[in-house]
Amino acid sequence: MTDSATTPPSQPMAVLPGGEVTENGPMLAADGRPLKHSLNRALRREKLRAFLLISPLLVFILVAFVAPIAEMLFRSVENQIVSETLPRTVAALREDQNLPEAAPGEPVYEALYTDLFIAAEYKSHTRLGSRLNYESTGLSSLFRGTGRDVGRFDTDIYTDQFVEAAPALEDPVAWSNWMADDEIRETLPFTADAWDAWVTLTVEANEDDPLEEDVEDFVYTALYRDFANGASPSGFPDVDVSNFESVSIKALFEESDEDWVDPDVWQVIKTYSPNYTDGYFLNSVDMMNGPGGEAEWRPESEQIYLKLFWRTMWMSMAITFSCILLGYPIAFLLSTLPLRTANVLMILVLLPFWTSLLVRTSAWKVLLQQQGVINDTLVWLGLVDDLNRLQLINNATGTVIAMTHILLPFMILPLYSVMKTIPPSYMRAAKSMGANDWTAFWRVWFPLSVPGIGAGSILAFILSIGYYITPEIVGGTSGVFISNRIAYHISSSLNWGLAAALGTILLALVLTLYWVYDRIVGIDNVKLGG
Amino acid sequence: MNITRLLTATTALVATATMAGAEAHTEMANEMTIVSWGGAYQESQLKAYVEPYLEANPDVTVTWDESSAEAVAKLRAQNEAGNVTWDLVDATAADAMRLCDEGLAMEIDADEDLAPAPDGTPASEDFGEEMLVSDCFVPQIAYSYTFGYRNDVAEWDGKQPESVCDVFDLETFPGQRSLEKRPHNNLEWALICDGVAYEDVYDVLETEEGQDRAFAKLDTIKDETIWWSSGADTPQLLADGEVVFGSTYNGRLFSLIVEQDQPVNMMWDTQSYDLDGWIIPEGLDEPQLARVKDFLYFATDTQRLADQAKYISYGPARKSSAPLVGEHATLGIDMAPHMPTNPENSEGAFVQNYEWWADYRDDLDAKFQAWLAQ
Repeated sequence: MTDSATTPPSQPMAVLPGGEVTENGPMLAADGRPLKHSLNRALRREKLRAFLLISPLLVFILVAFVAPIAEMLFRSVENQIVSETLPRTVAALREDQNLPEAAPGEPVYEALYTDLFIAAEYKSHTRLGSRLNYESTGLSSLFRGTGRDVGRFDTDIYTDQFVEAAPALEDPVAWSNWMADDEIRETLPFTADAWDAWVTLTVEANEDDPLEEDVEDFVYTALYRDFANGASPSGFPDVDVSNFESVSIKALFEESDEDWVDPDVWQVIKTYSPNYTDGYFLNSVDMMNGPGGEAEWRPESEQIYLKLFWRTMWMSMAITFSCILLGYPIAFLLSTLPLRTANVLMILVLLPFWTSLLVRTSAWKVLLQQQGVINDTLVWLGLVDDLNRLQLINNATGTVIAMTHILLPFMILPLYSVMKTIPPSYMRAAKSMGANDWTAFWRVWFPLSVPGIGAGSILAFILSIGYYITPEIVGGTSGVFISNRIAYHISSSLNWGLAAALGTILLALVLTLYWVYDRIVGIDNVKLGG
Repeated sequence: MNITRLLTATTALVATATMAGAEAHTEMANEMTIVSWGGAYQESQLKAYVEPYLEANPDVTVTWDESSAEAVAKLRAQNEAGNVTWDLVDATAADAMRLCDEGLAMEIDADEDLAPAPDGTPASEDFGEEMLVSDCFVPQIAYSYTFGYRNDVAEWDGKQPESVCDVFDLETFPGQRSLEKRPHNNLEWALICDGVAYEDVYDVLETEEGQDRAFAKLDTIKDETIWWSSGADTPQLLADGEVVFGSTYNGRLFSLIVEQDQPVNMMWDTQSYDLDGWIIPEGLDEPQLARVKDFLYFATDTQRLADQAKYISYGPARKSSAPLVGEHATLGIDMAPHMPTNPENSEGAFVQNYEWWADYRDDLDAKFQAWLAQ
């Protein structure tokens, strides 16, 4: 160790009220308090005032921007619908040992019977069916069809036999008294659970009085299950069920639809029974949860999203690049012309802003289609053969052309405002020192205009990544973006979870590119003007 | 115990709710928001249903919202926000089915909520099972997806296509085609033209080989096809001579051929039926619901459905309306021959299976889009 390393660092000097400097102790303000505290207090007040001033905007951003994004992120993993609609089945499936080789055993079907009966009353079974149909084709109609049947299952034999054995079991008032007894509830767990569900159902969904309604078959089915398990509660009618005629719930489900005994169907339900799922994200990258629960690629005939992500990226870059190519000379011209002429030309640049997006896009259709103005002119000039007209629309070319047109102002405006600030004297100085026009431009003007290119590129690129109307209209099949699929899943297939996952990935990609841009070019190097 | 207490409390609650329900029954809201597609179709609804209804009920005001194309998503968003602002929504049968499955549309009892036919036939029979495809759906019209073709194509040497399979015949009928950018109908037509009988189409399409077969058939014309996503595309493409064949809604072709007099012919062969009708959103309050049901009863009776055909060439959904279809309101031509349900046209029509599509749409749509992107 050297000496210098061991010497203590020099102490900060403190100022006394009179301005004297002391060796130790804090700096004090005029009122004798430490200066640091007074300063902090004054600053805090100022900060608070500033915060109050921006708080309306902050609240607005939180409510209108951050909250929806957070909700989107949440939706992409949220999957409570299965465990909420089929709580008993999900619990029973956890105990079951048969999957994935064979269909689950009777207890799972008994649980499903109660769950599905209730879900059908609330009409939530079809929603679950649509949700699971995203993962496995056919589940939609499986749930819809069996939801219709489940109320007519032949479980009334239990009801009849119980009522015959103990007529008191028909009386809902007696039932409600039994079910108020904690001891009975404990010995008849399935029955108590079914009874509670039935009461809630009767009150909530049917708006009836449970004390006046006939108790549903599924409660008696649960009672049979408890008795068959050997329960003998005191204070409850003692019924001997050993001679009861019984029915297999599994067989009833199989009768309704044989898919119910298909282990694959059950595997899907089991895979998607947790409250959160990675299924949407896997789907977004052309993967899926395989039969064993591990992620695997989708069949090639269904892979599309990676391709679309890639296409969205490279086409957005192509669009941005052609915006630079077209916008740079215009911005250069605007910034060097006299102000009056420049202003007139500026209006031409801004004009597209004031025209409806759909009108502009449709105009491109008229111009670019095979029987359109451009092809007609080329044929008339003899440049193109009448039978081999150029395919300029309904493909990637159409998207690039139309999008470049739409996004051009977003490139020109930042370029123009940056170029406006480059003093013309720099170019004169360069030339006076012997540079020719070309060298002066490349060595002096161009480097100074780079911040404008950066700002315009970021604007154009990010806008084009999220565009979907224009690609939808002029893109055909090879010029559509990932946003078109997001729109489809939002508005048509109602698979909002998948749409959210796709959107999240897109957001992450944009942020990553932004970060890369910052690392390579530096975000300080971006200027929107001044 | 808690359950007993819950019971007594809810008994009181149920009793008051029932009383409130009975009281409100006479009271009807005077404002109604109807959601439809805009354009000529909405106009026909305005003329045939809404104007006569408003004449009889001058206190009522109707607001239109032209959001049917996004109805499913918007209704779900409204429902999640707990603020349903629509009272009656026009939707296609497939959308109605989805809305019903999602619990966003109300179930309707046809015989109770809808008018019987003039001869007393109950509504459920007058519409028939093939029209009442979902418990929430009140059909208004049957329309069809069918092909129009240019009748002035020089390369065809005077030949005119007669069957939907001519669309797949690039030798005899060269030129570009336009097909819808979704699997519905396209896969069915492809299979039919590959030799599958109508009644077997969905059985074949259920299998992997069947799907490959349909895509292989579509592959033969893929390079010559423009894919449309808006109903206005095909008429424009046909009128500009951009395509020689194009599928679209029969009503669009009617206005292209009859109203705009373009050199285009209609091909009714293997037209594919689809339905459009009303759904009532779930969650309306009593007075609002009473008004909507009152309007619905009126707007879907035999005469009203027949009247709509004066303004647009879509077939009324009731059997009893068919004989009442008259002349076009402004063109003065007999509308019956332009109806997809007209016996002459409906010969060889194909009927979509909605329930099947509800199952297979997610899967096949992914495959279809992947196929398109190849």
